[in-house]
Amino acid sequence: MLLRHTSKEVKEREGLTINPAKTCQPIGAMYAALGIHGCLPHSHGSQGCCSYHRSTLTRHYKEPVMAATSSFTEGASVFGGQANLLAAIDTIFAVYDPDIIAVHSTCLSETIGDDLQQITKKASDDGKIPEGKYVIFASTPSFVGSHVTGYANMVAGIATQFAESTGVKKNQFNIIAGWMEPSDMREIKRMATVMGVNIVLFPDTSDVLDAPQTGKHVFYPKGGTTVTELKSSGDSLVSLALGSISAEPAAIALEKKCKVPFETLDIPIGLSATDRFIMAISKVAGVTVPDEITADRGRLVDVMCDMEQYLHGKRVALFGDPDQILPLTEFLLDLNMKPVHIVSGTPGQRFEKQMRQLLDERSPETNFKSGLQADMFLLHQWMKNEPVDLLFGNTYGKYMARDEDIPFIRFGFPILDRIGHSYFPNVGYSGSLRLLEKILNAVMDRQDRDALEEKFELVM
Amino acid sequence: MEANRIIPDPSQVREELIQKYPAKVAKKRAKSIVINDPEIIPEVQANVRTVPGIITQRGCSYAGCKGVVLGPTRDIVNIVHGPIGCSFYAWLTRRNQTKPETLMDANYIPYCFSTDMQEENIVFGGEKKLKIAIQEAYDLFHPKSIAIFSTCPVGLIGDDVHAASREMKEKFGDCNVFGFSCEGYRGVSQSAGHHIANNGVFKHMVGRDNTPSEGKFKLNLLGEYNIGGDAFEIERIFEKVGITLVASFSGNSTVGAIENSHTADLNVILCHRSINYMGDMMETKYGIPWMKVNFVGAESTAKSLRKIAEYFGDEELKARVEAVIAEETPKVKAVIEEILPRTKGKTAMLFVGGSRAHHYQDLFNELGMTTVAAGYEFAHRDDYEGREVLPKIKVDADSKNIEELKIVADPELYNPRKTDAELEALKEKGLEINGYEGMMKQMTKKSLVVDDLSHYESEKLIEIYKPDIFCAGIKEKYVVQKMGIPLKQLHSYDYGGPYTGFEGAVNFYKDIDRMVNNPVWKLIKAPWEKAGNGNGAGLAASYVTQ
Repeated sequence: MLLRHTSKEVKEREGLTINPAKTCQPIGAMYAALGIHGCLPHSHGSQGCCSYHRSTLTRHYKEPVMAATSSFTEGASVFGGQANLLAAIDTIFAVYDPDIIAVHSTCLSETIGDDLQQITKKASDDGKIPEGKYVIFASTPSFVGSHVTGYANMVAGIATQFAESTGVKKNQFNIIAGWMEPSDMREIKRMATVMGVNIVLFPDTSDVLDAPQTGKHVFYPKGGTTVTELKSSGDSLVSLALGSISAEPAAIALEKKCKVPFETLDIPIGLSATDRFIMAISKVAGVTVPDEITADRGRLVDVMCDMEQYLHGKRVALFGDPDQILPLTEFLLDLNMKPVHIVSGTPGQRFEKQMRQLLDERSPETNFKSGLQADMFLLHQWMKNEPVDLLFGNTYGKYMARDEDIPFIRFGFPILDRIGHSYFPNVGYSGSLRLLEKILNAVMDRQDRDALEEKFELVM
Repeated sequence: MEANRIIPDPSQVREELIQKYPAKVAKKRAKSIVINDPEIIPEVQANVRTVPGIITQRGCSYAGCKGVVLGPTRDIVNIVHGPIGCSFYAWLTRRNQTKPETLMDANYIPYCFSTDMQEENIVFGGEKKLKIAIQEAYDLFHPKSIAIFSTCPVGLIGDDVHAASREMKEKFGDCNVFGFSCEGYRGVSQSAGHHIANNGVFKHMVGRDNTPSEGKFKLNLLGEYNIGGDAFEIERIFEKVGITLVASFSGNSTVGAIENSHTADLNVILCHRSINYMGDMMETKYGIPWMKVNFVGAESTAKSLRKIAEYFGDEELKARVEAVIAEETPKVKAVIEEILPRTKGKTAMLFVGGSRAHHYQDLFNELGMTTVAAGYEFAHRDDYEGREVLPKIKVDADSKNIEELKIVADPELYNPRKTDAELEALKEKGLEINGYEGMMKQMTKKSLVVDDLSHYESEKLIEIYKPDIFCAGIKEKYVVQKMGIPLKQLHSYDYGGPYTGFEGAVNFYKDIDRMVNNPVWKLIKAPWEKAGNGNGAGLAASYVTQ
């Protein structure tokens, strides 16, 4: 047993988190900044933060992840990190020549009270930012929120620091991507194209973190939302924020700055969430839904009908990030499956309420906890008390899956031991169909593995 | 070893590497980029701050302390006091394999423990939460030891992890609780954390159990972290030759073994950078000499075994060592003879760690490959130039902040295993007793040595030298591979290994052969790109004219 010390008996904990179902804000900020074209994320803290975040993102994507650091030493920690950040800005523009430096703070720089707004203003006043280049920032102390809120803060920072309103509205709308994969962002753009609408999607990590092998390392890959697009987002008719935790803060910021109204939707994972997404696009853009989309939907529902016997009543445990596991839970319910245990380390009443509401309506007996001590240790204890047939979560889930001998579907962040997430989406009808295929494969492979010889089926 | 291509003029390369930097940065970087001469070793600037904004390979002190040194011991509950990230990122990512003897034995390595500090803990202090966390860990697991690791904000807000640990240790009575002030901002790299870890392990663990260890030839293995099962292979060989491993620092280790480690008669050091402090301190306090060895490479392994046998000066052991070498060598030879024609003459670059960039050159030598450039991520001058430079190393502000323990001989337990005269005689026989000659003596003349290589410099080096393989870590892996050059990770071994000992050498030969000769590197360009007509029009035209 790998997790041999995990006992069945659940005890309340107040101080100790064991096997967290979240990580810290700065990595989310780094990921978001990679979705802006020509942008170099910069970690304002000690070297370890930047190194850890780059390593984790690299393991997840198997792609180069470029980011710089203020390389704090003890001196900077005592006297403030301004000198380090100013020096870093000089070095970065001279050596790595980005269009944008996106600075995020860390627990270290926040604890000593470094003010990124003031320091970046000073950099600008001192002429350290070349003509036509930008230094933007987001406050992302690690002792607040989680990697998801760090992402949200950077996306909101991007919105407020770039969006401009010229007073003339453009025939386009914004889609603010909640934390999703490059494959998902690519699929969102494809759906918008099929719907025949103009969108500004930000951030957009497609063609950044799924870059082709060309024999050349392109420091700033061709993808990412451009500054021109970001500026124009202030003139968009409306914003659709995909995810109340990871995307809505940017939509609120845009509304405040440029008076762009917004609507918040779930990330379109699964049938119902994709239905709402398509309906919302249809409504805001005043377009009818093309047959191609309806056929995509039909294919998903077709499989749901045809394979329902393998899904119904299957007991599922899941852990992950609010904006992803909320629509996943809804999808599982649509599939007639039974979410039994759900945890998310990301704190926040908004998500708590949304998930409770969904569960109260459709699965009131589900165990659910989010925020402090809502960790994988607790989830595992729950699983020992009330076993499940299937586990969803990031790579760390494989230890529980092995110990309890249950099928495991990798879902969320980080996925360190498989590829696919950056190339094949979970969003939209076709993404959901892929997710459904994975669920069916996991369940049916298990049925095959465990079947008695006389009960082994050829046709299923 | 002759390279299959002309090696560029290193002084020109050096100029090119620093050309783009702002003047001050260029001046600083120039001191860390040197042209090797194994006869007259030039001075390398090392263990100094990285310029802010430079994309560095380096991590932090916490990574060196918790991640590297303490992480591999399976029966300690390591609680990270800080916001959640630090504990999360060091969770299972270093591949420290461990094998508890029974299903009942403690193993906390698959677990991640954190106090998950929140804003209120930063504002009002986190000691109370830490003590609750320690209590909860004790109640849940009843471990032998609990170690506490401070992350950046902890030092700044003034939480006293040492006082909290002492208080809880006294309260429990049967659980050793101790803390490490390894905040990420200390020092200039992971290296500071290694030193802090050495100090803590020495103070709080070593010497707690005086039970005499059994065995005739007893040693500790220092600086071996069982990545990919490296320690398992060394353990296999030790067992075969009849050497007793008292404790490993710290791959596949237990608290009990480390607490009893002062009963060994020799410390052999693999990773000099991360653990040499321990060797020195144990020598001073207990009289156990240390000796630099290298189990990376089949020839190096044989050499190291012979040195160990020479140290113990026992003819039977020497004979046993020779017998084992004779038994293991044919398997290794068979593989290398098959592979060598495909790897001979190829070139490698190694930029990694604080010892690996040196050790792995032995394996490349065995493959007939030349190391054209190498450097460490977080080493000090002595790892490059040899320990004789130690008195000349200037202690700067960043190093001064790391505590140097004042160690004296233990009034009861000090027992010099060898007399000074015996040690001198062993040194004359070529044993690196309490010594290390560093990386550069082994590298060819005019090879390039670069400390704390930046991303920019690595791309330049690859463009100029076009090496057949580049060795570094995960952050560099896909950058280099995008350039069409295979990268071997020497922190994680690309999830392979072991690479130590005889079996490890075979694994490494096969992996490098597979990587440098993989057909995929020739498939990168699409046929139409190779033909030079990017739009495929040429192909269409030939059909049209038919």
